[in-house]
Amino acid sequence: MSNAPSVVLNARAVARTISRMADEILELNDGTDRLVLVGIQRRGVQIAERLAEVIREREGVEIARGALDITLYRDDLQTVGPRPVVGKTVLPVPLDGKVVVIVDDVLYTGRTIRAALDELADFGRPARIMLAVLVDRGGRELPIQPDVVGKQVEVRKGGRVDVFVPALDGRDEVVVLGGGADA
Amino acid sequence: MSAPLVLTGGRIVDPSQGMDAIGDLLIVDGRIASVGGRITGPDGARIIDCSGTVVAPGLIDVHVHLREPGREDVETVATGAHSAAAGGFTAVAAMPNTKPVTDNQATVGFVKRQGEAAGFARVYPYGAISVGQMGETLAEFGEMVAAGAVAVSDDGKPVENSHLMRTALEYAQTFGIPVVEHCEVMSLAHGGSMHEGVISARLGLKGIPGEAEEIDVIRCILLAKLTGGHIHLCHLSTKGSVDLVRWGKDQGVNVTAEVCSHHISLTHEAVEGYNTNAKMNPPLRTQRDVEALQQGLKDGTIDLLVTDHAPHHYDEKEREFADAPNGIVGLETALGVNVTWLLEPGILTLSQLVDRMTCLPAKVFHLPGGTLAKGSIGDVTVFDPSREWTVDPARFKSKGRNTPYGGRKLRGQAVRTIVGGRIVYELNG
Amino acid sequence: MTILGKDLIGLAGLTREQITAILDVAEPLKEISERAIKKVPTLRGMTVVNLFFEASTRTRISFEFAEKRMSADTVNVAAAASSVSKGETLVDTARNLEAMRIDMVVVRHPGSGAARFLAERIESNVINAGDGTHEHPTQGLLDLLTLRDRLGSLEGKRICIVGDVLHSRVARSNIWGLQAMGAEVAVCGPRSLLPNAIREMGVQVFDRVEAAIEWADALNVLRLQLERMQLGYIPSLREYNRVFGVTRARLERAPRDLLILHPGPMNRGVEIDSDVADGPHSVILHQVTNGVAVRMAVLYLLAGNKASLADVAKGGPA
Repeated sequence: MSNAPSVVLNARAVARTISRMADEILELNDGTDRLVLVGIQRRGVQIAERLAEVIREREGVEIARGALDITLYRDDLQTVGPRPVVGKTVLPVPLDGKVVVIVDDVLYTGRTIRAALDELADFGRPARIMLAVLVDRGGRELPIQPDVVGKQVEVRKGGRVDVFVPALDGRDEVVVLGGGADA
Repeated sequence: MSAPLVLTGGRIVDPSQGMDAIGDLLIVDGRIASVGGRITGPDGARIIDCSGTVVAPGLIDVHVHLREPGREDVETVATGAHSAAAGGFTAVAAMPNTKPVTDNQATVGFVKRQGEAAGFARVYPYGAISVGQMGETLAEFGEMVAAGAVAVSDDGKPVENSHLMRTALEYAQTFGIPVVEHCEVMSLAHGGSMHEGVISARLGLKGIPGEAEEIDVIRCILLAKLTGGHIHLCHLSTKGSVDLVRWGKDQGVNVTAEVCSHHISLTHEAVEGYNTNAKMNPPLRTQRDVEALQQGLKDGTIDLLVTDHAPHHYDEKEREFADAPNGIVGLETALGVNVTWLLEPGILTLSQLVDRMTCLPAKVFHLPGGTLAKGSIGDVTVFDPSREWTVDPARFKSKGRNTPYGGRKLRGQAVRTIVGGRIVYELNG
Repeated sequence: MTILGKDLIGLAGLTREQITAILDVAEPLKEISERAIKKVPTLRGMTVVNLFFEASTRTRISFEFAEKRMSADTVNVAAAASSVSKGETLVDTARNLEAMRIDMVVVRHPGSGAARFLAERIESNVINAGDGTHEHPTQGLLDLLTLRDRLGSLEGKRICIVGDVLHSRVARSNIWGLQAMGAEVAVCGPRSLLPNAIREMGVQVFDRVEAAIEWADALNVLRLQLERMQLGYIPSLREYNRVFGVTRARLERAPRDLLILHPGPMNRGVEIDSDVADGPHSVILHQVTNGVAVRMAVLYLLAGNKASLADVAKGGPA
């Protein structure tokens, strides 16, 4: 039972969740001032786009966005695959004094975010860095906590959370695989 | 003097007498006493069963480098002669590019005595053509011949000065010795480290065109024609050289020629991967050249087979290709290589192979041996042409390990080597 | 293990997939050199030795930038190749370095095959920074990246290498790299500076640079080593420029816009005229910029690909 893929968010639920996350970001930041959304390649970038869309609708403001590829900041060089893909890092505005929201699809061990923090530090000194994730599946290995969470899911070690986004996958849902909730 | 030897039941192959038959062979007092048919030896004779093997006149390699004097760390006359015996050779002729150069009677005599003291294969010294092999002044052929030299050569390099070569060909006639030329036009070969072709182009190594050899081949043939002297051309490697020698012989020029076992078996493809054990001068060439050399050997254009045995210290080969020295060891693989590449595919018959490895070398260089005729010296090689073995350089008697055949399976191996009636080598002995 | 294996010795034998992988990794790495802090921590703790037996300012500096931008620790060893003749061999030099626990060796050596020789004998990753007249794979890769930037796909594109192909490791790496990527390759130069067997390598030969210009989408103009004249391969630099020089006048007659590449350092007025080198068709500085990215990509793709001791052919007595 618990090993069967189960949809934890369908398309409508994803839309609702992202809408709520946008609200929370605006609340935490008290508006759109100095706000920069930085998505982590590749699905974090897609989610940041959708957050920016919601904010544009709500506030009529175009939020600055960036993309971060953390491949070169990983701490596990020995496990580089046979054909590694390095994505682009694009930060179109200086980050000094900004409120940067790191956006990712799934938060798990926290190592990706650690790498992202390292990489951001190479681009300047933001006033504040926040973390927004669509899914928090627990299982942290580092003292990192999100500020904004779309959905909390408990997934066992060995289980998988797949976030599908329309632009890359042609479907829009979040699926938990082979993990099931901890009993 | 060792006890009389009777070799029984072997296939006696002696082209010098047109003999190829199962029979016995008796050696008494270091000489062939009787050959063919059933022989009952005298009392006290040692009887060796040779059935299933070939009994041939002792193999002779007229082109080896034994490195002594000068590079005894690499090879000595004794280790080289031991290596020869292990390869089935009962006699070798040692090139004079030693340090100092073997260009005088003292050094010639030294090499000869070292060979006698070692007691393996017979060692015939070469003398240099020019003093110090510098290509300037003629060395004392007469003195060297008196001390035991069987031929003269500046091998390792050519005699570039055509006047000197002409003089050598004239002067050598007094002593009845061949003048032996390493055919290479240095200005054309300069800096090259392998055959010039698509592989050298790919590997980024400067190539040596076949013409660098062929131009010297025709020059020497023409000078022999001019002088009536006997020119013997070393280690020919190209089809063009075979064609030129064929022309020379047709013209009645006193020209003889040799080919190395590696040039009838390997091509420049062996160099791939910058294999320094496939680096030699002249270089390994193309399949077309290999086939022409095999045919030249078959039709008699090329007289005989040699090894150009050239041991090097492993350190010297363990380096960048262009800086590595030329040459490979060959005495212990030659018979196997020649059987595998010439006899097995039917290019040469067994008699022809024996002819080109002993009878013709003896004839061209006026050496004793090369025959099992009654009364001739008791130099005999017993070999098994169908025995398969794997080349393991670590087991070589030579100090050199530099061979491109390491790990290869060959067919044909010496079983016993007998020099002057004395067994100097026995396989697994 | 990544797709590249332990070493990068040459482009000969690399597949299109492998070369594409390197170029695809290099592409995003270009941005790192545009940052204020031009550094990523990827190779932190790794020691790279730049072992140069031949003077080379450009290639060494490019590698050094690449290594530093990837946070590797770098040591430059300028060994005279002549020290080899003084006794210490290439393999001794390398084994000594390795005994000090290094991770990678970038080697430049005047002997063809030297990089491969080294790679077969040490455990560290080896990157060939030019071996004799054999290969200079990172130069080939940066040329490919530059061409890809400008031409899109290399499939069916016509590239002519002009000059001293005989002595050029850049030419060989280019030929194999371009062929792997589906480009058509030609060479042009005096026959005395082309390998005799060049056609067997699947390239066209142009005797006249005008014909090459008419044919090509890009020219890769090789540096003419000045010593070639002393060695008798060509009569004079002046005549070389007159017959084979890539000049504006010649380019103006080209039927299409040509890209002009040059591996540097240039002999202005010999193989290439200044107004071409500095002109609108020149991508020469773009090549230099791409050189750093390509080398970063190669470092990244090799790092961590270690040979086990058993894989390393051990030299020594049999």
